[in-house]
Amino acid sequence: MKALRALFAAMLGLLAATIQPANADPLAVKVGVIHDAHSRETISILDIPPADDFVAGARMAMDDNNTTGRFLDQFFSVVDAKLAPGEDPVAPLNGMLADGVRFFIIDLPPAEVLAVADAARASGTLVFNAGAPDDRLREEDCRANVIHVAPSRSMLADGLAQYLIWKQWRRWLLVVGSHPEDKLLADAYRRSAKKFGAKIVEERVYEDTGGGPRSDSGSVQVQRQMPVLTQSAPDYDMLVAADENEVFAGYLPYRTWDPRPVAGSAGLMPVSWDASHELWGAAQLQNRFERLFKRGMNARDNQAWVAMRMIGDAVAHTRSADPKTIHDDLLSPDFAVAAFKGQKLTLRAWNQQLRQPILLTDGRGTVSVSPQEGFLHETSELDTLGFDRPETKCKLQ
Amino acid sequence: MQTSMKRAGRAAGALALLASLSAFSGPAPATTAYITNEKGNSISVIDLDKLEVTRTVKVGQRPRGIALTKDEALMFVCLGDDDTIAIIDTKTLKEVGELPSGPDPEQLRVSADGKFVFVANENDALLTAIDIATRKVVSEFPVGVEPEGVAVSPDDSIVVNTSETTSMAHLIDWRNKKVLANILVPPRPRYAEYNKDGSELWVTSEVGGTVSIIDPVKHVVAQKITFDVPGLAKELIQPVGIRFSADGKLAFIAMGPANRVAVIDAATKQVLKYLLVGQRVWQLELTPDGKYLLTTNGVSNDVSVVDVAALKVIKSIAVGSFPWGVAISKQ
Repeated sequence: MKALRALFAAMLGLLAATIQPANADPLAVKVGVIHDAHSRETISILDIPPADDFVAGARMAMDDNNTTGRFLDQFFSVVDAKLAPGEDPVAPLNGMLADGVRFFIIDLPPAEVLAVADAARASGTLVFNAGAPDDRLREEDCRANVIHVAPSRSMLADGLAQYLIWKQWRRWLLVVGSHPEDKLLADAYRRSAKKFGAKIVEERVYEDTGGGPRSDSGSVQVQRQMPVLTQSAPDYDMLVAADENEVFAGYLPYRTWDPRPVAGSAGLMPVSWDASHELWGAAQLQNRFERLFKRGMNARDNQAWVAMRMIGDAVAHTRSADPKTIHDDLLSPDFAVAAFKGQKLTLRAWNQQLRQPILLTDGRGTVSVSPQEGFLHETSELDTLGFDRPETKCKLQ
Repeated sequence: MQTSMKRAGRAAGALALLASLSAFSGPAPATTAYITNEKGNSISVIDLDKLEVTRTVKVGQRPRGIALTKDEALMFVCLGDDDTIAIIDTKTLKEVGELPSGPDPEQLRVSADGKFVFVANENDALLTAIDIATRKVVSEFPVGVEPEGVAVSPDDSIVVNTSETTSMAHLIDWRNKKVLANILVPPRPRYAEYNKDGSELWVTSEVGGTVSIIDPVKHVVAQKITFDVPGLAKELIQPVGIRFSADGKLAFIAMGPANRVAVIDAATKQVLKYLLVGQRVWQLELTPDGKYLLTTNGVSNDVSVVDVAALKVIKSIAVGSFPWGVAISKQ
């Protein structure tokens, strides 16, 4: 069996050799991946970030790009910089810039996204924000050298809101965490409610008082805390939780005072991707990822994969590794990304946000995908999600 | 719908013959369409004289690609979730064997001489050639990521495979067993088809929303067809299956969730008409006389029948759950 396999591999190698172009000097495209390590303090043990979180997606897309590159004489590589807590991303950025890296895929907090974008600007470098959901990065603080692959908070909130409206679950109890990100997410839900005609019947705040989620008898307390948090609420259809730091939302399902479903940061969650998504051929992508990394593909992995595939497709189209040429190709009307979400993804020219459907997942499967039927738009129904062109505050420069 | 006396007589004869035999061993009636039902795990058998489903046969899991042998004695059915290709006797509709497909087979194509079947192997990024007589793999060619559509030139000289994630059409010189060209096309190429004289290779890009017309000699995309359906979001335009009319003058393109078949003048490449069919139209096939075009409509669980001369949808036939592929036998 082993000998057979070796023979087969040799045959494959031979075949590959016959299709290898004669040019001995392939077009080399180095992509820097700079990312924070996300907290291991997740409510579910299943959500603890793996060691190769985020960068695994870029690596798989690198393989995909290199398969195409084998036919086009192009070679892609990833330079990974996983930051320690508090580490400045500009130092590794400068190191890679000095090595000639002109494409970066990043998962960083908003202030650091801007720091990286501004430090990279002089060299004409293109930065793909595949992590931060902050609307301000797409609006008042937008940058001409940043492409946003991650959906914004407003896109995620609108994706959920459209489904709840379609279901006629219009009365929401909004429970918000005490961290700044939670407040921004709550802003997005308030905006979505107004935009699509839902009513927030009451808002409550859950204060983060610290303490780890892994304690042995935590469940006893939780079973008492969550009903108290949600008792005596006005009549509502759906509890919407805004908790980006995994402090409480994961404890809400099945523990609310009234028997009501939970959505937002737990329960029915609006996401760019989930390891359980298998529609539109996504099972193929999930299988490849599982084979390579022995785990499921999370939303961060997927966003990094999409970013790297965008770079790969544009390099394949243009036969160039020049960031300006790539940027122009990404913004051209012909550019579209295939990302297993049932339709093509394109860039919003006014703020360089990737248009994309929002998956609604319960972590076991895709419950629905927004935009929902009936939410119409004159140019693209995907632009019913998030801030649209007429309301944008972005001036690209 | 008009039915000639001769056809009516033949249908009545077939009916009598069917009635005289047990339901489990009856021969397939004349001019028959076989529809794979991806979720129903079955094949719907349609009598094309009556335009009715006469039988539904259980097969393995997730049947999609389907092809008949040249003598139409057997059909090959890709069973994606069973990681195999079933060989089914068209007379008895019983499984008589398997082809060595590799994991998750989806599309396949029989060579014009009827001796080989070419299968796209998603997991290994390979195009596999299987000798039909011996049922053994005879060649494998490395292609792009997620190989999908398979086409063969009318003279069997070139085998084509499209790879979805690599977004390429790979042209393989079948006589010399080597890859000739790898041609970049818009995203997610799903299906490839030569025109009748083999002078053009048409490739649909599901996500790109286009049809690329490749010059198979020069190995370049010579022309691209785009679509614009008034009142329909451009993201819904997702071309998949391709068929040419019997005289080669018209091309039919299944448009997926656009729920339409585009009719294209094969000479001028102009879209002449959009035919409204069922939901998520996937694959197409013409009857041997060229009179009807059948479309598989995955979401609405039916098959639309198009009168090719009139360019009108004349009937919708309910089949199993998520119809995907279609093959038509003339006997």
